[in-house]
Amino acid sequence: MSELIEKAIRDAFPDAVLESRDVFGVLNIKIDANALLGICEMLHGQKEFDYLADVTAIDWKDRIEVVYQLTALASNTKIALRVDLDEQKPEVNSLASVWKGANYQEREVFDLFGVKFTGHPDLRRILLPEDWEGFPLRKDYVIPD
Amino acid sequence: MSSRIRTDVIELNMGPQHPSTHGVLRLAIKIDGEVVVECDPDVGFLHRGIEKLAELRTYIQFIPITDRLDYLASMLQNQAYVGAIEKLGAIEVPERAEYIRVIMMELQRVASHLVFFGAMGLDLGATTPFLYAFREREDILDLFEMVCGARLTYNYFRPGGVSRDLPGGFYEKARAYIKKQREKLPEYDDLLTNNQIFIVRTRGVGYISGDDAVNYSMSGPSLRGSGVDYDVRKADPYSVYDKLDWRVAIRAEGDVQARFLCRCEEIRQSLNMVEQALDMIPEGELKCKTPPRLKLPEGEVYYHIESARGDLGVYLVSDGSDKPYRLRWRAPSFINLGAMNQMAQNWKIADVVAILGSLDVVLGEVDR
Repeated sequence: MSELIEKAIRDAFPDAVLESRDVFGVLNIKIDANALLGICEMLHGQKEFDYLADVTAIDWKDRIEVVYQLTALASNTKIALRVDLDEQKPEVNSLASVWKGANYQEREVFDLFGVKFTGHPDLRRILLPEDWEGFPLRKDYVIPD
Repeated sequence: MSSRIRTDVIELNMGPQHPSTHGVLRLAIKIDGEVVVECDPDVGFLHRGIEKLAELRTYIQFIPITDRLDYLASMLQNQAYVGAIEKLGAIEVPERAEYIRVIMMELQRVASHLVFFGAMGLDLGATTPFLYAFREREDILDLFEMVCGARLTYNYFRPGGVSRDLPGGFYEKARAYIKKQREKLPEYDDLLTNNQIFIVRTRGVGYISGDDAVNYSMSGPSLRGSGVDYDVRKADPYSVYDKLDWRVAIRAEGDVQARFLCRCEEIRQSLNMVEQALDMIPEGELKCKTPPRLKLPEGEVYYHIESARGDLGVYLVSDGSDKPYRLRWRAPSFINLGAMNQMAQNWKIADVVAILGSLDVVLGEVDR
Protein backbone atom coordinates (compact mmCIF):
# COMPACT_ATOMS: atom_id res chain seq x y z
CA MET A 1 0.00 0.00 0.00
CA SER A 2 2.72 2.48 0.98
CA GLU A 3 4.65 1.75 -2.25
CA LEU A 4 1.55 2.55 -4.28
CA ILE A 5 1.18 5.89 -2.55
CA GLU A 6 4.80 6.78 -3.13
CA LYS A 7 4.46 5.82 -6.79
CA ALA A 8 1.31 7.92 -7.14
CA ILE A 9 3.12 10.93 -5.70
CA ARG A 10 6.15 10.37 -7.93
CA ASP A 11 3.93 10.04 -11.01
CA ALA A 12 1.94 13.19 -10.33
CA PHE A 13 4.84 15.28 -9.01
CA PRO A 14 7.99 13.90 -10.71
CA ASP A 15 10.61 16.07 -8.99
CA ALA A 16 8.92 16.59 -5.65
CA VAL A 17 10.04 13.45 -3.78
CA LEU A 18 13.48 14.03 -2.29
CA GLU A 19 13.83 11.00 -0.06
CA SER A 20 11.75 8.22 1.45
CA ARG A 21 12.36 5.90 4.36
CA ASP A 22 10.57 3.61 6.74
CA VAL A 23 10.06 4.69 10.38
CA PHE A 24 8.62 1.82 12.43
CA GLY A 25 6.44 0.68 9.55
CA VAL A 26 5.29 4.16 8.50
CA LEU A 27 6.49 5.49 5.16
CA ASN A 28 8.13 8.90 5.65
CA ILE A 29 8.48 10.93 2.46
CA LYS A 30 10.57 14.05 2.30
CA ILE A 31 9.13 16.35 -0.33
CA ASP A 32 9.82 19.71 -1.86
CA ALA A 33 7.99 22.33 0.22
CA ASN A 34 6.56 23.98 -2.91
CA ALA A 35 4.72 20.78 -3.85
CA LEU A 36 3.24 20.19 -0.39
CA LEU A 37 -0.20 21.66 -0.94
CA GLY A 38 -0.66 19.93 -4.31
CA ILE A 39 0.39 16.55 -2.94
CA CYS A 40 -1.90 16.91 0.06
CA GLU A 41 -4.85 17.85 -2.13
CA MET A 42 -4.20 14.70 -4.16
CA LEU A 43 -3.78 12.46 -1.10
CA HIS A 44 -6.93 13.88 0.46
CA GLY A 45 -8.97 13.64 -2.70
CA GLN A 46 -7.83 10.49 -4.48
CA LYS A 47 -6.10 8.41 -1.86
CA GLU A 48 -8.58 9.02 0.93
CA PHE A 49 -6.19 10.39 3.50
CA ASP A 50 -9.02 12.01 5.39
CA TYR A 51 -7.32 12.43 8.77
CA LEU A 52 -4.47 14.81 9.53
CA ALA A 53 -3.30 13.19 12.75
CA ASP A 54 -0.46 15.50 13.67
CA VAL A 55 1.53 18.52 12.54
CA THR A 56 4.77 19.35 14.27
CA ALA A 57 8.26 20.69 13.64
CA ILE A 58 11.84 19.91 14.61
CA ASP A 59 14.64 22.45 14.76
CA TRP A 60 17.80 20.83 13.32
CA LYS A 61 19.79 24.06 13.84
CA ASP A 62 20.59 24.42 10.13
CA ARG A 63 16.96 23.95 9.01
CA ILE A 64 13.47 23.53 10.37
CA GLU A 65 11.66 20.37 9.41
CA VAL A 66 7.85 20.23 9.51
CA VAL A 67 6.35 16.74 9.83
CA TYR A 68 2.77 15.84 8.92
CA GLN A 69 1.28 12.52 10.04
CA LEU A 70 -1.57 11.44 7.78
CA THR A 71 -4.01 8.57 8.20
CA ALA A 72 -6.57 7.05 5.86
CA LEU A 73 -9.13 5.96 8.45
CA ALA A 74 -11.01 3.45 6.27
CA SER A 75 -7.92 1.33 5.51
CA ASN A 76 -5.85 2.47 8.53
CA THR A 77 -2.96 3.40 6.22
CA LYS A 78 -0.45 5.88 7.58
CA ILE A 79 2.21 8.01 5.95
CA ALA A 80 4.24 10.99 7.06
CA LEU A 81 5.20 13.93 4.86
CA ARG A 82 8.24 16.00 5.74
CA VAL A 83 9.44 19.33 4.41
CA ASP A 84 12.70 21.13 5.09
CA LEU A 85 12.45 24.88 5.56
CA ASP A 86 15.00 27.63 5.75
CA GLU A 87 16.05 28.34 9.35
CA GLN A 88 16.10 32.11 8.83
CA LYS A 89 12.80 32.43 6.99
CA PRO A 90 10.72 29.26 7.39
CA GLU A 91 7.67 29.44 5.18
CA VAL A 92 5.35 26.83 3.71
CA ASN A 93 1.81 26.63 2.34
CA SER A 94 -0.97 26.14 4.88
CA LEU A 95 -3.04 22.96 4.67
CA ALA A 96 -6.07 24.53 6.36
CA SER A 97 -7.90 24.51 3.02
CA VAL A 98 -7.57 20.71 2.86
CA TRP A 99 -8.00 19.75 6.52
CA LYS A 100 -9.67 22.18 8.92
CA GLY A 101 -7.76 20.40 11.69
CA ALA A 102 -4.59 22.02 10.33
CA ASN A 103 -5.80 25.42 11.54
CA TYR A 104 -4.99 24.94 15.25
CA GLN A 105 -1.99 22.71 14.70
CA GLU A 106 -0.30 25.13 12.30
CA ARG A 107 -1.00 28.01 14.65
CA GLU A 108 0.84 26.10 17.35
CA VAL A 109 3.86 25.46 15.10
CA PHE A 110 3.84 29.15 14.15
CA ASP A 111 3.66 30.12 17.81
CA LEU A 112 6.51 27.92 19.04
CA PHE A 113 8.77 27.69 15.96
CA GLY A 114 7.94 30.79 13.96
CA VAL A 115 7.06 28.89 10.80
CA LYS A 116 4.92 31.06 8.54
CA PHE A 117 2.04 29.16 6.91
CA THR A 118 1.01 31.11 3.83
CA GLY A 119 -2.69 31.07 3.11
CA HIS A 120 -3.60 30.27 6.72
CA PRO A 121 -6.95 31.93 7.55
CA ASP A 122 -6.01 33.08 11.06
CA LEU A 123 -2.27 32.86 11.72
CA ARG A 124 -1.61 34.27 15.19
CA ARG A 125 -0.10 33.01 18.43
CA ILE A 126 -2.21 30.45 20.26
CA LEU A 127 -0.46 29.25 23.44
CA LEU A 128 1.77 32.23 24.19
CA PRO A 129 0.67 35.84 24.77
CA GLU A 130 0.41 38.01 21.64
CA ASP A 131 3.38 40.18 22.66
CA TRP A 132 5.77 37.29 23.38
CA GLU A 133 9.17 37.64 21.76
CA GLY A 134 10.93 34.72 20.14
CA PHE A 135 9.97 31.13 19.45
CA PRO A 136 10.63 28.90 22.49
CA LEU A 137 11.05 25.54 20.78
CA ARG A 138 13.87 26.81 18.57
CA LYS A 139 17.20 25.47 19.75
CA ASP A 140 18.78 28.94 19.86
CA TYR A 141 16.04 30.30 22.14
CA VAL A 142 17.44 31.69 25.39
CA ILE A 143 15.19 30.83 28.32
CA PRO A 144 14.44 34.00 30.31
CA ASP A 145 15.05 33.96 34.07
CA MET B 1 -33.52 36.27 13.60
CA SER B 2 -36.76 38.15 13.52
CA SER B 3 -36.61 41.13 11.21
CA ARG B 4 -38.98 43.22 13.35
CA ILE B 5 -36.53 43.73 16.19
CA ARG B 6 -33.17 45.12 15.24
CA THR B 7 -30.30 43.59 17.19
CA ASP B 8 -26.58 44.31 17.19
CA VAL B 9 -23.82 41.75 17.37
CA ILE B 10 -22.06 42.15 20.68
CA GLU B 11 -18.98 40.50 22.09
CA LEU B 12 -19.30 38.44 25.22
CA ASN B 13 -16.33 37.35 27.24
CA MET B 14 -16.66 33.98 28.97
CA GLY B 15 -13.78 33.05 31.21
CA PRO B 16 -10.91 32.54 31.90
CA GLN B 17 -12.47 32.37 35.36
CA HIS B 18 -15.80 30.70 34.86
CA PRO B 19 -17.20 27.66 36.64
CA SER B 20 -18.17 25.81 33.51
CA THR B 21 -15.05 26.28 31.43
CA HIS B 22 -13.43 23.35 33.27
CA GLY B 23 -10.25 25.27 33.96
CA VAL B 24 -8.71 28.44 32.65
CA LEU B 25 -10.26 28.72 29.21
CA ARG B 26 -11.61 31.92 27.71
CA LEU B 27 -14.29 31.88 25.05
CA ALA B 28 -14.58 35.08 23.04
CA ILE B 29 -18.16 34.84 21.84
CA LYS B 30 -20.00 37.11 19.42
CA ILE B 31 -23.74 37.00 19.96
CA ASP B 32 -26.70 38.39 18.08
CA GLY B 33 -29.42 38.50 20.70
CA GLU B 34 -29.04 35.12 22.32
CA VAL B 35 -27.67 33.39 19.23
CA VAL B 36 -23.97 32.63 18.86
CA VAL B 37 -22.42 34.10 15.71
CA GLU B 38 -18.84 33.16 16.48
CA CYS B 39 -17.11 31.35 19.31
CA ASP B 40 -13.35 31.65 19.47
CA PRO B 41 -11.59 29.65 22.20
CA ASP B 42 -8.63 31.53 23.67
CA VAL B 43 -6.21 29.06 25.24
CA GLY B 44 -2.73 29.14 26.74
CA PHE B 45 -3.41 30.49 30.24
CA LEU B 46 -1.89 27.33 31.71
CA HIS B 47 1.00 27.04 29.25
CA ARG B 48 4.09 25.78 31.06
CA GLY B 49 6.26 24.99 28.06
CA ILE B 50 6.22 21.29 28.77
CA GLU B 51 7.71 20.31 25.39
CA LYS B 52 10.67 22.58 26.13
CA LEU B 53 10.98 21.21 29.67
CA ALA B 54 11.33 17.73 28.18
CA GLU B 55 14.45 18.78 26.26
CA LEU B 56 16.09 19.87 29.51
CA ARG B 57 15.46 16.68 31.48
CA THR B 58 16.55 13.05 31.26
CA TYR B 59 14.01 10.52 30.02
CA ILE B 60 13.18 9.30 33.53
CA GLN B 61 12.95 12.79 35.01
CA PHE B 62 10.18 13.70 32.61
CA ILE B 63 7.73 10.94 33.70
CA PRO B 64 6.29 12.94 36.66
CA ILE B 65 5.73 15.91 34.34
CA THR B 66 3.49 13.81 32.07
CA ASP B 67 1.15 13.45 35.06
CA ARG B 68 0.55 17.19 34.90
CA LEU B 69 -0.68 17.22 31.31
CA ASP B 70 -4.11 15.60 31.37
CA TYR B 71 -4.36 15.53 35.15
CA LEU B 72 -7.69 13.70 35.13
CA ALA B 73 -6.10 10.74 33.35
CA SER B 74 -2.46 10.67 34.44
CA MET B 75 -2.01 6.92 34.05
CA LEU B 76 -2.80 7.26 30.36
CA GLN B 77 -0.28 10.08 30.00
CA ASN B 78 2.34 7.85 31.62
CA GLN B 79 1.62 5.14 29.05
CA ALA B 80 1.86 7.47 26.06
CA TYR B 81 5.29 8.64 27.16
CA VAL B 82 6.89 5.37 28.28
CA GLY B 83 5.30 3.61 25.29
CA ALA B 84 7.14 5.94 22.91
CA ILE B 85 10.44 5.30 24.75
CA GLU B 86 9.89 1.54 24.64
CA LYS B 87 9.11 1.60 20.93
CA LEU B 88 12.18 3.64 20.04
CA GLY B 89 14.50 1.78 22.42
CA ALA B 90 13.04 -1.68 21.62
CA ILE B 91 12.47 -2.26 25.34
CA GLU B 92 10.45 -5.37 26.17
CA VAL B 93 7.74 -5.09 28.81
CA PRO B 94 6.99 -8.21 30.93
CA GLU B 95 3.47 -9.52 30.49
CA ARG B 96 2.46 -9.00 34.11
CA ALA B 97 3.42 -5.33 33.81
CA GLU B 98 1.32 -5.00 30.65
CA TYR B 99 -1.73 -6.34 32.46
CA ILE B 100 -1.15 -4.09 35.44
CA ARG B 101 -0.94 -1.16 33.05
CA VAL B 102 -4.19 -2.06 31.30
CA ILE B 103 -5.97 -2.40 34.66
CA MET B 104 -4.68 1.02 35.69
CA MET B 105 -5.46 2.65 32.35
CA GLU B 106 -9.01 1.40 32.16
CA LEU B 107 -9.75 2.26 35.80
CA GLN B 108 -8.34 5.67 34.95
CA ARG B 109 -10.64 6.00 31.96
CA VAL B 110 -13.62 5.21 34.19
CA ALA B 111 -12.45 7.77 36.77
CA SER B 112 -12.04 10.40 34.05
CA HIS B 113 -15.44 9.68 32.50
CA LEU B 114 -17.03 9.87 35.96
CA VAL B 115 -15.69 13.40 36.31
CA PHE B 116 -17.12 14.13 32.87
CA PHE B 117 -20.49 12.67 33.86
CA GLY B 118 -20.66 14.78 36.99
CA ALA B 119 -19.39 17.95 35.35
CA MET B 120 -21.81 17.59 32.43
CA GLY B 121 -24.72 17.51 34.86
CA LEU B 122 -23.28 20.42 36.78
CA ASP B 123 -22.93 22.47 33.59
CA LEU B 124 -26.63 22.03 32.92
CA GLY B 125 -27.70 22.78 36.47
CA ALA B 126 -27.93 19.31 38.04
CA THR B 127 -25.80 19.20 41.19
CA THR B 128 -26.60 15.75 42.54
CA PRO B 129 -25.10 13.52 39.79
CA PHE B 130 -21.75 15.16 40.44
CA LEU B 131 -21.79 13.96 44.04
CA TYR B 132 -22.75 10.44 42.98
CA ALA B 133 -19.99 10.23 40.37
CA PHE B 134 -17.37 11.54 42.76
CA ARG B 135 -18.44 9.05 45.42
CA GLU B 136 -17.56 6.15 43.12
CA ARG B 137 -14.47 7.86 41.71
CA GLU B 138 -13.18 7.98 45.26
CA ASP B 139 -12.98 4.15 45.27
CA ILE B 140 -10.80 4.21 42.15
CA LEU B 141 -8.51 6.81 43.70
CA ASP B 142 -8.25 4.60 46.80
CA LEU B 143 -7.13 1.73 44.55
CA PHE B 144 -4.52 3.96 42.89
CA GLU B 145 -3.33 5.12 46.28
CA MET B 146 -2.85 1.49 47.35
CA VAL B 147 -0.80 0.82 44.24
CA CYS B 148 1.45 3.86 43.98
CA GLY B 149 0.79 6.10 46.96
CA ALA B 150 -0.71 8.98 44.99
CA ARG B 151 -4.28 9.95 44.22
CA LEU B 152 -3.84 12.28 41.26
CA THR B 153 -0.30 12.40 39.89
CA TYR B 154 0.86 8.80 39.90
CA ASN B 155 4.33 8.62 38.30
CA TYR B 156 3.77 4.85 38.22
CA PHE B 157 4.86 3.62 34.77
CA ARG B 158 8.53 3.16 33.89
CA PRO B 159 10.19 2.36 30.59
CA GLY B 160 10.05 -1.44 30.64
CA GLY B 161 7.34 -1.91 33.23
CA VAL B 162 5.85 -0.36 36.35
CA SER B 163 7.53 0.91 39.51
CA ARG B 164 6.03 -1.59 41.97
CA ASP B 165 3.75 -4.58 42.27
CA LEU B 166 0.07 -4.61 43.15
CA PRO B 167 -0.25 -4.72 46.94
CA GLY B 168 -2.01 -7.51 48.88
CA GLY B 169 -5.79 -7.22 48.81
CA PHE B 170 -5.84 -5.27 45.53
CA TYR B 171 -7.73 -7.91 43.52
CA GLU B 172 -10.51 -8.23 46.08
CA LYS B 173 -10.88 -4.48 46.40
CA ALA B 174 -10.89 -3.96 42.64
CA ARG B 175 -13.54 -6.63 42.12
CA ALA B 176 -15.67 -5.17 44.90
CA TYR B 177 -15.41 -1.78 43.23
CA ILE B 178 -16.48 -3.13 39.83
CA LYS B 179 -19.50 -4.82 41.39
CA LYS B 180 -20.49 -1.65 43.22
CA GLN B 181 -20.01 0.54 40.15
CA ARG B 182 -22.18 -1.71 38.03
CA GLU B 183 -24.94 -1.55 40.62
CA LYS B 184 -24.75 2.24 40.72
CA LEU B 185 -24.80 2.88 36.96
CA PRO B 186 -28.60 2.44 36.59
CA GLU B 187 -28.95 4.98 39.39
CA TYR B 188 -26.89 7.44 37.34
CA ASP B 189 -29.14 6.87 34.35
CA ASP B 190 -32.25 7.55 36.41
CA LEU B 191 -30.74 10.75 37.72
CA LEU B 192 -29.28 12.26 34.58
CA THR B 193 -29.24 10.21 31.38
CA ASN B 194 -33.01 9.70 31.28
CA ASN B 195 -33.86 13.01 32.88
CA GLN B 196 -36.27 14.88 30.62
CA ILE B 197 -34.63 18.26 31.15
CA PHE B 198 -31.20 16.82 30.40
CA ILE B 199 -32.43 15.14 27.23
CA VAL B 200 -34.01 18.34 25.92
CA ARG B 201 -30.87 20.31 26.69
CA THR B 202 -28.58 17.86 24.88
CA ARG B 203 -30.44 16.13 22.04
CA GLY B 204 -29.62 17.64 18.65
CA VAL B 205 -27.49 20.37 20.27
CA GLY B 206 -23.98 21.09 18.93
CA TYR B 207 -24.28 18.80 15.92
CA ILE B 208 -21.19 17.96 13.90
CA SER B 209 -21.20 15.44 11.04
CA GLY B 210 -18.78 12.53 10.92
CA ASP B 211 -17.02 13.96 7.85
CA ASP B 212 -16.54 17.33 9.51
CA ALA B 213 -15.33 15.76 12.74
CA VAL B 214 -12.70 13.78 10.80
CA ASN B 215 -11.72 16.88 8.82
CA TYR B 216 -11.18 18.72 12.09
CA SER B 217 -8.88 15.87 13.26
CA MET B 218 -11.18 15.24 16.21
CA SER B 219 -10.76 12.01 18.15
CA GLY B 220 -12.00 10.02 21.11
CA PRO B 221 -15.64 9.93 22.23
CA SER B 222 -16.12 13.35 20.62
CA LEU B 223 -15.41 11.76 17.22
CA ARG B 224 -17.18 8.46 17.87
CA GLY B 225 -20.29 10.41 18.88
CA SER B 226 -20.50 11.37 15.19
CA GLY B 227 -20.53 7.75 14.04
CA VAL B 228 -16.84 7.38 13.13
CA ASP B 229 -15.39 4.04 14.17
CA TYR B 230 -11.89 5.11 15.20
CA ASP B 231 -10.38 3.98 18.47
CA VAL B 232 -6.61 3.59 18.70
CA ARG B 233 -7.02 0.55 20.97
CA LYS B 234 -8.61 -1.27 18.01
CA ALA B 235 -6.93 0.50 15.08
CA ASP B 236 -3.33 0.13 16.36
CA PRO B 237 -3.56 -2.21 19.37
CA TYR B 238 -0.86 -1.64 21.97
CA SER B 239 -0.15 -3.33 25.30
CA VAL B 240 -2.53 -6.33 25.64
CA TYR B 241 -5.73 -4.73 24.33
CA ASP B 242 -5.92 -7.27 21.51
CA LYS B 243 -6.35 -10.06 24.07
CA LEU B 244 -9.40 -8.52 25.70
CA ASP B 245 -12.98 -8.86 24.56
CA TRP B 246 -14.67 -5.49 24.21
CA ARG B 247 -16.33 -3.25 21.66
CA VAL B 248 -15.92 0.37 20.62
CA ALA B 249 -18.74 2.67 21.77
CA ILE B 250 -20.21 4.56 18.81
CA ARG B 251 -23.27 6.76 18.38
CA ALA B 252 -24.38 8.13 15.04
CA GLU B 253 -26.24 11.29 16.10
CA GLY B 254 -23.27 13.69 16.36
CA ASP B 255 -24.81 15.84 19.10
CA VAL B 256 -24.03 16.55 22.74
CA GLN B 257 -26.18 13.63 23.87
CA ALA B 258 -24.36 11.19 21.57
CA ARG B 259 -20.97 12.21 22.92
CA PHE B 260 -22.33 11.87 26.45
CA LEU B 261 -23.77 8.41 25.78
CA CYS B 262 -20.50 7.24 24.18
CA ARG B 263 -18.66 7.97 27.40
CA CYS B 264 -21.35 6.26 29.50
CA GLU B 265 -20.96 3.15 27.35
CA GLU B 266 -17.18 3.35 27.61
CA ILE B 267 -17.47 3.19 31.40
CA ARG B 268 -19.26 -0.14 31.04
CA GLN B 269 -16.77 -1.46 28.49
CA SER B 270 -13.81 -0.42 30.63
CA LEU B 271 -15.26 -2.18 33.67
CA ASN B 272 -15.51 -5.37 31.57
CA MET B 273 -11.91 -4.97 30.46
CA VAL B 274 -10.62 -4.51 34.01
CA GLU B 275 -12.54 -7.59 35.10
CA GLN B 276 -11.05 -9.67 32.29
CA ALA B 277 -7.55 -8.38 32.96
CA LEU B 278 -7.89 -9.24 36.67
CA ASP B 279 -8.72 -12.84 35.65
CA MET B 280 -5.95 -13.12 33.07
CA ILE B 281 -3.03 -11.42 34.81
CA PRO B 282 -0.05 -13.78 35.10
CA GLU B 283 2.64 -13.89 37.78
CA GLY B 284 6.09 -12.71 36.77
CA GLU B 285 8.49 -9.83 36.44
CA LEU B 286 7.36 -6.22 36.88
CA LYS B 287 10.03 -4.42 34.93
CA CYS B 288 12.81 -5.39 32.60
CA LYS B 289 16.31 -4.19 33.40
CA THR B 290 17.14 -0.75 32.01
CA PRO B 291 20.27 1.26 32.75
CA PRO B 292 19.80 3.85 35.50
CA ARG B 293 20.72 6.59 33.04
CA LEU B 294 18.63 5.55 30.08
CA LYS B 295 19.87 6.49 26.62
CA LEU B 296 17.93 5.87 23.44
CA PRO B 297 19.41 5.15 20.01
CA GLU B 298 19.43 7.98 17.50
CA GLY B 299 16.16 8.10 15.65
CA GLU B 300 12.53 9.04 15.96
CA VAL B 301 9.16 7.51 16.64
CA TYR B 302 5.49 8.49 16.53
CA TYR B 303 3.53 6.54 19.10
CA HIS B 304 -0.11 7.01 19.98
CA ILE B 305 -2.69 5.64 22.39
CA GLU B 306 -6.37 6.15 23.09
CA SER B 307 -6.53 8.41 26.11
CA ALA B 308 -9.80 9.27 27.86
CA ARG B 309 -10.12 12.26 25.52
CA GLY B 310 -8.94 10.76 22.27
CA ASP B 311 -5.92 10.04 20.10
CA LEU B 312 -2.95 10.99 22.28
CA GLY B 313 0.25 11.05 20.22
CA VAL B 314 3.85 11.38 21.31
CA TYR B 315 6.48 12.22 18.73
CA LEU B 316 9.93 11.56 20.14
CA VAL B 317 13.22 12.45 18.45
CA SER B 318 16.45 11.17 19.99
CA ASP B 319 20.00 12.26 19.21
CA GLY B 320 21.50 9.35 21.15
CA SER B 321 21.88 11.21 24.44
CA ASP B 322 19.99 10.74 27.70
CA LYS B 323 17.58 13.60 26.96
CA PRO B 324 14.94 13.90 24.24
CA TYR B 325 16.04 16.09 21.33
CA ARG B 326 12.41 16.91 20.67
CA LEU B 327 9.21 15.75 22.30
CA ARG B 328 5.85 16.59 20.80
CA TRP B 329 2.62 16.05 22.71
CA ARG B 330 -0.36 15.66 20.39
CA ALA B 331 -3.08 16.55 22.87
CA PRO B 332 -6.57 15.45 21.80
CA SER B 333 -8.35 18.12 23.88
CA PHE B 334 -6.46 20.88 22.08
CA ILE B 335 -7.34 19.61 18.64
CA ASN B 336 -10.96 18.82 19.54
CA LEU B 337 -11.33 22.41 20.72
CA GLY B 338 -10.55 23.50 17.15
CA ALA B 339 -14.05 22.41 16.13
CA MET B 340 -15.75 24.41 18.90
CA ASN B 341 -16.54 27.41 16.68
CA GLN B 342 -18.38 25.34 14.10
CA MET B 343 -20.29 23.37 16.74
CA ALA B 344 -21.42 26.41 18.70
CA GLN B 345 -22.51 28.60 15.78
CA ASN B 346 -26.25 29.32 15.61
CA TRP B 347 -26.91 27.80 19.02
CA LYS B 348 -28.06 29.80 22.02
CA ILE B 349 -25.56 31.15 24.48
CA ALA B 350 -26.79 28.68 27.12
CA ASP B 351 -26.00 25.78 24.78
CA VAL B 352 -22.34 26.80 24.55
CA VAL B 353 -21.82 25.42 28.05
CA ALA B 354 -23.37 22.09 27.06
CA ILE B 355 -21.32 21.88 23.85
CA LEU B 356 -18.06 22.69 25.60
CA GLY B 357 -18.89 20.19 28.33
CA SER B 358 -19.49 17.48 25.73
CA LEU B 359 -15.94 17.91 24.38
CA ASP B 360 -14.59 17.11 27.88
CA VAL B 361 -11.45 19.23 27.54
CA VAL B 362 -8.75 19.29 30.20
CA LEU B 363 -6.81 22.53 30.11
CA GLY B 364 -3.62 21.03 31.47
CA GLU B 365 -3.42 19.10 28.23
CA VAL B 366 -4.71 21.86 25.96
CA ASP B 367 -2.14 24.39 27.15
CA ARG B 368 0.74 22.00 27.96
